[in-house]
Amino acid sequence: MKAARIAPPSEDKRWRVIDATMRRHGYHAHALIETLHATQESFGFLDEDALRYIAATLGVALSHVYGVATFYRRFTLKPRGARHTCVVCTGTACHLKGAPALLEALQQRIDHDPTNPPVSILAARCLASCGLAPAVVFDGKVVGNLTPDLALERIEKWLHHES
Amino acid sequence: MNPEELHQLAEQHAHARTQIPHRIRVCAGSSCMGLHSDQLVNAIQRELKQQGLEKTCPVSGVGCMGLCSAGPLVAIDPDGILYQHVSEADVSAIVASVGNEPLEQLRCPTDIPFFTRQKRVVLEHCGQIDPERIEDALAVGGYTALLTALTEMTPAEVITHVMRSGLRGRGGAGYPTGLKWTTVAKARNPRKFVVCNGDEGDPGAFMDRGVMEGDPHRVIEAMAIAGYAVGASEGYFFVRGEYTTSVKRLRKAIMQAERNGLLGANIFGTPFSFTLEVRLGAGAFVSGEETALIASIEGRRGTPTPRPPYPAEQGLWGCPTLINNVATLASIPPIINHGSEWYASMGTANSKGTHVFALTGKVVNTGLIEVPLGTTLREVIFEIGGGIPNGHSFKAVQMGGPSGGCIPAEHLDTPLGYEALQRIGAMMGSGGILVLDDTSSMVEVARFFMEFCMTESCGKCVPCRVGTVQMHHLLTRISTGTATAHDLALLESLCDLVQHTSLCGLGRSAPNPVLSTLRYFRNEYEASLTSTPSNELIPLTARPPAPPTQGPNGKGA
Repeated sequence: MKAARIAPPSEDKRWRVIDATMRRHGYHAHALIETLHATQESFGFLDEDALRYIAATLGVALSHVYGVATFYRRFTLKPRGARHTCVVCTGTACHLKGAPALLEALQQRIDHDPTNPPVSILAARCLASCGLAPAVVFDGKVVGNLTPDLALERIEKWLHHES
Repeated sequence: MNPEELHQLAEQHAHARTQIPHRIRVCAGSSCMGLHSDQLVNAIQRELKQQGLEKTCPVSGVGCMGLCSAGPLVAIDPDGILYQHVSEADVSAIVASVGNEPLEQLRCPTDIPFFTRQKRVVLEHCGQIDPERIEDALAVGGYTALLTALTEMTPAEVITHVMRSGLRGRGGAGYPTGLKWTTVAKARNPRKFVVCNGDEGDPGAFMDRGVMEGDPHRVIEAMAIAGYAVGASEGYFFVRGEYTTSVKRLRKAIMQAERNGLLGANIFGTPFSFTLEVRLGAGAFVSGEETALIASIEGRRGTPTPRPPYPAEQGLWGCPTLINNVATLASIPPIINHGSEWYASMGTANSKGTHVFALTGKVVNTGLIEVPLGTTLREVIFEIGGGIPNGHSFKAVQMGGPSGGCIPAEHLDTPLGYEALQRIGAMMGSGGILVLDDTSSMVEVARFFMEFCMTESCGKCVPCRVGTVQMHHLLTRISTGTATAHDLALLESLCDLVQHTSLCGLGRSAPNPVLSTLRYFRNEYEASLTSTPSNELIPLTARPPAPPTQGPNGKGA
């Protein structure tokens, strides 16, 4: 039995996208991952309100929704704090061609900076752009054949724009 | 659409292609896209407009052309000219050269072994056609295999065809595709499913991505053929969530196929109906395992369940489900079109046909290649791959990613094949070929893959959840020079334990990289052992010192 339809947590228009996704799948429990994808894409993260709303609308236990949301790496329960992201590929080809040194150089620069610069340094599994190894995604843009110096140069550009 | 309409459309589009004197193709594969080839397409478009050539020389972005290390690549048809490392500054010169003298300084020779030694069957149209236009796919014979299957063959005949071709699963395990199809076809259940596994998660593998992005209609056609053969009318395309371009192109291709009546109800006026939906993976390597993949499509946590029952008997929502890898499916239409004998004539006794490989690592030509099975690794690395760059020497090649193993120089003449590779402790895997040179530490390679398995373990069974952490810990000790002979012995016994007691393939194969590096490079492990046991605990996040950095590798080398 499907639960009675409930109202979205807020007036935000983005909920329409999430509603449409659930409707397209006939409010079946198996629409959960697709719905979480849509929510993550619209809001950037999954907060408790969203999880509760999706659980109630699809008629599945909140614990189940939470379990799925925390199992998959693509979903995040916290908003992304930093304004810039820098994702270092740590796939095999990149690893072999110097990704560890890239990651270390970037972390040294950002994570150990007491001024807390608005950049997140993340590591990703293979981006499947192995021809570009070692590759880094700067704010969604893949850049290949990098050295630590070249990568730091890009970061510095961001920091200078900020200040 | 009826059969005549398909032929007409195909002819019409093929004819239209011959009417245009020149065409420019720009590689829009993932690697070249990373080098901004999308901007290149726009720049060429602008330049063509400016010179009033947009009608006589259209430009299109196409799927991966293969030679990623020379990207971005631009090709001029029908002259067969290929330009490499193209930047926006070269655009006006390239456009001006169309129909005139080619620009020698940008040319990429097409008579090098990288191109001539390949046999492109799965990748036949990849890089040749615009993946976002169904007209292009139809012009090169797309959906004719589906037409043949539906109008001239019974489902049983299709399966016999696949069986005779000797095609085996390209996802890694190498299970005979025909047998799998037979099992699903035999299952008595009115509702069955076909699932395409596009959740390519091995680090260093991008074969499926190349096919999905370069020729999505080929895979859609194959899924419909599979549906017809096994008696399924619903299909799911399970694609890795990170592959946004693949997802976009697949969704577009499905829409175009539906609009042209190539998917949906009563295809070609026959009683056969087939619908297709795309489902996104959400970033879990283990989701590539069949039972975990089913859990993912059903909207649950992607953890594996014990087999049997196999998905072929009880899969998606308890119904018989055929799960095939992207490259396996993409091999089907040529088998129908050219016959099973033709396909079986390529390859070795037990490994037929061609296989797509992602050639990466310390090798001159990196990219996507397709060769007949039975080709030796030496040919792949030293002829097609062009050897080892920067004056270094070959040390080993890693195949099969985190489930595979390393192959040293003495086995370079092993012909590529499922059994042949297994005998020397490696596996075909999904097709990643990673070349290692004399600067690579084998312990470090093993540690890298163990770290991958450790973080990707779903945590359901104890041997894998705990074993991978412990093995990673021991490998970190060895690579930081703080391990004793006792640690090495413990590592070996753990390998045995995890291999034999884990629930699914991830855990069972996690020790493979360790076992194979131990088999061929035991000296490297032993050389870093110490005789004084250290009681110091190493934090799990410890990393060995970073290897020396390198300059931008071999651009144009």
